[in-house]
Parts: sequence; structure tokens; C-alpha cells
Amino acid sequence: MDWQAFEVSIMLAVLTCLSLLPIGLALAYLLVKSNFMGRGVIEAIITLPLVLPPTVLGYFLLVGMDSDSLLGSVFVSLTGQNLAFSFAGLWFASIIYSLPFAVQPMMRALEKIEPEIREAAWCSGLSKWKTFFKVELPLAWSGIITAMVLCFSHTLGEFGVVLMIGGNIAGETRTLSIAIYDSVLAFEHQQAQTMSLILLAISLVTISVVYSFNRTRVLRF
Amino acid sequence: MLKVTLQQATPIKLDVDFSCESGETLALVGPSGAGKSTVLRCIAGLSLAEQGQVLCKNETWFDSKNSINNTPQQRRVGMVFQNYALFPHLTVAGNIKLALDKNNADSQYAVEKLLDKVNLSGLEQRYPAQLSGGQQQRVALARALARQPQVLLLDEPFSAVDKVTRRKLYLELNTLRRNLDMPVILVTHDLDEAAMLADSLCVIHHGKTLQHGSPDQVLYQPMNSAVARQVDVRNILQGRLQSHNGELVLAWYNHVFSVTRLTGFTEGQHVYFALSPAKILLHQRVRPSRGEQENPVAGIIRDRVTLRGITTVLFSVESAEGAILQMDLPEHVAMRNQLHIGEMIMVSLLANAIHVMTE
Repeated sequence: MDWQAFEVSIMLAVLTCLSLLPIGLALAYLLVKSNFMGRGVIEAIITLPLVLPPTVLGYFLLVGMDSDSLLGSVFVSLTGQNLAFSFAGLWFASIIYSLPFAVQPMMRALEKIEPEIREAAWCSGLSKWKTFFKVELPLAWSGIITAMVLCFSHTLGEFGVVLMIGGNIAGETRTLSIAIYDSVLAFEHQQAQTMSLILLAISLVTISVVYSFNRTRVLRF
Repeated sequence: MLKVTLQQATPIKLDVDFSCESGETLALVGPSGAGKSTVLRCIAGLSLAEQGQVLCKNETWFDSKNSINNTPQQRRVGMVFQNYALFPHLTVAGNIKLALDKNNADSQYAVEKLLDKVNLSGLEQRYPAQLSGGQQQRVALARALARQPQVLLLDEPFSAVDKVTRRKLYLELNTLRRNLDMPVILVTHDLDEAAMLADSLCVIHHGKTLQHGSPDQVLYQPMNSAVARQVDVRNILQGRLQSHNGELVLAWYNHVFSVTRLTGFTEGQHVYFALSPAKILLHQRVRPSRGEQENPVAGIIRDRVTLRGITTVLFSVESAEGAILQMDLPEHVAMRNQLHIGEMIMVSLLANAIHVMTE
């Protein structure tokens, strides 16, 4: 069992979720509330990682992170390190490829809130921020939890993009799914099985928690 | 006092102008899609009209000329939405507390007082989904009042409850509104509801104010035929004014009717006139009365319907190309006079019950 890979995977999944909570919410809110030109294009770009082959996405991200590119050069000038084949690069890539898993459920949850509920809050004297935190956020909570769990599970299990961006550096970019692949190649089936079972258990538990959480909320409202 | 003047061309045409005193209940009536709810939303600051003014007490909430447009938070309105829009994740107490003033030190006491006001004590800890339609409406009303609003806006507040609950809520709101010292604007398409609860009615059609006055004025003396149609006046007929012995009278086919109120009209004018079904006098067959000489008309009974003690008789006037008129009688009068379909009756269109109006 590669505990180092397990640690990298968990750390990556947690950081991706924490980053996508504000980013996903802001994007979902913007897309649901405003009706600007080009909204469809933005929505399509956000959804793209869902349909794009991971290797294609990984390739473009790798090119974008190159030290000659704008993003890569800014990162190098700030940290003195390359973005590609680093944990930070992996983290950035995870945010991009998990974006639709965060934005879509959040959008659906925000769309479900009747406009009158928001207006009733304004007429009750609540500012737009207060309305968001006291009314909209609690009502969209199930969608937000679903989004976080999907992002966590998806980041934990992602293989193609991770391999393209991060390679296989132990303690830095070697995640559990890469370690499983390595073990299989090295005919270490016992180790591959243990790690696969751990991923299976984590996915099952998180999804079960989401389902039961959402069911109790449906019963109450 | 609330003063509202609004004009806009799109998306819903608006051309309204009305005012409502503190303590007065004004009902905006009109068919669905007439723009009533849009007017309410403009008062609350939820919609923006192209032009106009909304003045409340000494404050200007909206003034297109001076680019003033206060937010709903700044306007201090209490609004009851059509579907109540209660916060489903909060209890009854939570819903009301959210609208209470931040400076309110004893919010628990304030919640209890408000719930007592709307006859809903003891349900503080329930969630909206655990309440009946009538109870939800009361919570919405309590929440609207929690902010101590300067105007109370009610958008079709009874449309989501059954008829029995509705009657109960009418009585409750009637009692409650007497103790409110703010203007109350009620949007409804139900004329009976408006007449029962409001001090004045404002008829809106295609976004335009057609008439503003007391319920009696609007319902029984509509300004023109458009208002008459909106307020469901049942006998609307067309006639012509002519001179008879130096007096202005109303000619309808071969009939000539004397009319009590004809000021402002001139000889030869084509007019519409309305007859209140309750004010058509049936000539008793067994015991003739004095009213027989007043605008007599003969008719044949075509149908009769009785509802809650009132019999509506539909009769055709053959001398007026079979025009159908409606007459409301107490059920016992209809029974005593043995009014059967196909029989001939004589009625009087009382001079003070004929309301003449322009087109």
C-alpha cells in the first residue's frame, strides 16, 4: 500500500474541493442570475472537461503550463518553480477538470429557488449578501454538498489528466490512481487490489452520505 | 399617504395614477395580465417603470425625472406574495425574525405578538411545509408586518386557499386592516373580495387606470362601458338620449325611459346604460304596486337560477329584438310570484337604477 500516494490524493481532493467551493458558487450564481451575451459560451467552456478526453485536456493544460506560456512564466517568476509536473500544477488542473462537477449541481440548486423567495427576502429588508447567506445558500445546500462530493470523488479517481500534467513523482504528483496503475504494471496485484478497495470504499461512503443527507432535507421541506 | 404615477410601454404597458391614504385599503382590480401585479412590484422596487413617481409619506421612493430609485430594502414595504414565498428552510418564528428590525431587542416577544395578531399563536416551531394554505398566508402577513412597513402590499393573497378558508381569512383581514395605520394595496381579480375588503377600488385594464372610487361608485356607477365590463355589470345596453317635454330621456328601441341622473349628457348622444339586476322591479301579479308606471317593460322568462337565496331571472324583451336582461330577486319573491320559464312578466326599470355612461 502506497500511503504517500494516498496522502497526495487526499490532499489534492481536499484542496480542489476547498478551491471549487467559492469558484463554483461564484460561477454558478453568475450564470443563473445574469443573462449576458456569451453566457452560453461560458457554460460550454465550463462543461467541456466533462466531454473532452482526459488526455486532450491534459495536453492543453500541459502546453498552458509550460514555462514559455503566460501562466507558466508567471508561476516561475513568482515561485521559481515549474508549474507542470508539480503538485501546484496538479491542483490547478484538478480545479479545471472538476469545474463542471462543481458548477452544474450548484446551478441546478440555485435555479430551483423561486425568484419570489429572493424578492421576499429583499422586501424583508435583507441586503443581497444577507439574502445569499441566510436564504439562498441554505436552500442550495444539498446542491453544494453534492457538488463537493462529486469533485472529491472525481479528483480522487482522475487518471488521464494527472498522468499528463503530473507524471509520476512520488510524494509530489503520484496519486492513488497512478500508484494502482504502477502496481498493475509491476504485477503487484495485492497492492493494486488494496488501493482499489480503498478508493471504492471512499467513493461509496461519500455518495451514500450525500444521498441520505439530501433525503432528510427533502422530508423536512 | 402613498402616491403612485407610473408609465411604461414595455414589457407590460402601464399608465396608472392613484393615491392611497394611511389606514385606507385600495384594491387594484382587473383581469389577469392587466398589469396589477406589475404596479405592486414597481411600488415595492422589484420592477422598474420607465417613467413616473412613487411617493410614500414624505419620502420619494421612485422618481424617473430625478433618477431616484430606492431599492426594496430602502423602501420599507411589507409584501405578501401570491404564493406567500415563505423561506422553506426556516420555522415560522425564523421567517418572521428575519424580517424584524435589527434593533428589536426582544425578538421572541415581537414574534409572539405578530403571530397573535394574525391568530397563529403556538405554531412558532413549525416549518412552512407543515402548515395549511391559510396558515401560510397568515405567516406571510405576519412577516410582512414584522418590518413595521410604511405600505402593506397584498398580491392576490387569497388565490392559493380554498373557498371556506378564504371566507375566514377575509373576516380576519378585515378586522386586522382596521388597526393598521398604513396604506394597504390589495391586488385581486375577484370583485367581491375587493368590494368586501377595500375602501376604494381602482380598475386597471391593459395597464391603464380606468376608474378610481368607492366600491359603490365603481360597481354601480361605472364611468364608462369599459369599466362596466371589467366590473362585471350584467345588463349593459346601448341607447340614445332625446328630448321629451323639455326633459332629457333615454330611448331604447321603442321604449322611452326617464332617468334620474343625466348631468353632463346632451340630446342626441349615443350612450351605454347599465341596469343593476337587483334594482329591476317585478310587477307583482296578484297585488299591483305603485312602481308600475315607472319605465315599464314586458318580457318572457327564459331561464332562472337560484343561488344562496337569490334567484336570477333571465328574460327576453321582445320589443327590443329579444334582448336578454337579468333580474335578481329574493328566492321567496320568485316562489310567491310563481315565475316559470316561458311566462310573461312585467318589470319596471326604476329611473334611479339606470346608470347612463359614455362608451
